[in-house]
Parts: sequence; structure tokens; C-alpha cells
Amino acid sequence: MKVAPEGRMPLHVLLVEDSPGDVLLMQETFRDVNSSVRLHVVNDGTQAMSFLRRGPGYADAPRPDFILLDLNLPKMDGRQVLVEIKNDEDLKTIPTVILTTSEAEADVVKAYQLQTNCYLCKPMQLHEFESLVRSINDFWLVRARLPQAREPS
Amino acid sequence: MQDMEKANPIQVLLVEDSPGDVRLTQEAFREANPSVHLHLASDGVEALAFLRHEAPYRDAPRPDLTLLDLNLPRMDGREVLAYIKADESLKTMPTVILTTSEAEVDIARSYQLQANCYLCKPVQLQEFEALVKSINDFWLTRAQLPQRQDS
Repeated sequence: MKVAPEGRMPLHVLLVEDSPGDVLLMQETFRDVNSSVRLHVVNDGTQAMSFLRRGPGYADAPRPDFILLDLNLPKMDGRQVLVEIKNDEDLKTIPTVILTTSEAEADVVKAYQLQTNCYLCKPMQLHEFESLVRSINDFWLVRARLPQAREPS
Repeated sequence: MQDMEKANPIQVLLVEDSPGDVRLTQEAFREANPSVHLHLASDGVEALAFLRHEAPYRDAPRPDLTLLDLNLPRMDGREVLAYIKADESLKTMPTVILTTSEAEVDIARSYQLQANCYLCKPVQLQEFEALVKSINDFWLTRAQLPQRQDS
């Protein structure tokens, strides 16, 4: 079982995001605020499901403790990924938070109907985006209790 | 600014049987966000009556957020959670467990029942206040919440 720096258990966060700029910002911010976070990045919905199901290319993927999911993705969009996660008895307990540009009420309502744990809009301003990532870390990865992974990660 | 706050209150339902914790939560929300209108239910039966608009809650607003203790008299929080998430019109309402239990089995079960999030109540006053602040910051300021359908 891998141990993170400072002797703490790693926190596996799966980021499903196709924008390289947003990926970079999140990598840098998480690196700054929480050294326990292991950020795993996939760029489309199909890769996300392969990661979660340990399909080809992802045989050793750890089970994420937390998922950040964009809605508008190539190949399989975030809504479809959310449906698949929440219909899976094993995967549905992983807190899954939508992080997307869409502010459309229809998207917000639909996501909560599909049982997303939370819905966040990406701010346009860089410093606000950073601030949001910090608050995601503070609320979800420090304060909230997350379900334990069932197997060693 | 004050008129805006009164005109657009944020409705939070707190399902909590400990009067001390109720008071702490009320004061912490008052500090953190004057727009929050905190409604109280002291057990699972009252909580469901509130959510179903049954007497004496016929005019109850739909909560924007529900904070739910697990260990409650009459009907516990697990049953309330299961009810909320099985109800087509209630299941979109963010429901956050706020409880003393740190038991892994309670955490796992709550997420299985699709609780939006699980929080343990801190024992220290200052930490409790800080937690309510962070609930306010994250859920009531940053998160997008589904709009009330019956407002």
C-alpha cells in the first residue's frame, strides 16, 4: 500500500476533463494545497469508464476517492458518465461532483436528478478558478468524510 | 442589501434533535449568512411532514439544502434519507448528513443511499462554527443548487 509524503494515505482524485488549461490549473492548485492528492486525469468519458472499470490501459488504476467530472466531453459526455457511475452499485458511492462551464438551469437540474453529489460552474477568472479548487479541497478532501476504498489503493 | 436578503432567503432544513446543536447551528448561520432561513425538525417524522407539506407544515417552503442528523428519535436519519432519495421530486434536493457518528458503516451506508455528502460534527465550538461557515461557503455560495420547482 503506497504511502503519500508525510506518511498519510493518498487521496485518489479522478479528473475527467478535456481542456488542457483547466487540467494544468487543477494540477498546480492541488499540488499547492494538498500533498496527499493523487490527481488522475482522463480526457473523455470513455477513458473515464475504462479507468473506473480497470479496462484496457487501466488495469492498475486505483479506485478514486473522489471524482470531478466535466459535462461536455468528447466520445462520451459527462452526463452519460454520471448515469453509468450512479447505476453501478459499486461505483455509485464515490462522491462525484460536476465541474463544468454550463450554468444552464436544465443542466443543473438534470445532473441532480441523475444524483450528482454537487454541481459547480467553472469561473472565467483564473484566480477565482483557483479559489474554487481550494474550496473543493477544503470541503470535500479535508472536511467531508468520504467512503473508504474497499481495496488497498 | 437588506431587502434583497429578505426577498431571497435561502431555505435550509435542519433535522436535529439536540437543542444545543440546534442553537449552535442557528448562531453560526446567522453569523455566516443572514440570508439563510433555517427551519427546524427535531426528528424524522417531523422532517418528512415538513418535506411533504403536511400539517403543521402546509406552507413550508421546499428547502434548498437539508442538513440531516442520523441518530434521531421516532424515525432516524437513514430512513429519512432513503425516503428523500426515493422520491422523484425530493431527490434533487441536496441532503448533507451532519452527525456525530464517525463509523465507517454509517459513512458507507449514507453514500450508498446517495447522501450528497457526509460531515461529522466537531466537538469544539470554534470548529463547529468553522464547519457551518464552510457548509455555507461551499453549498450556499459556490455550488449551483437546483431551483425550487414549487416557488
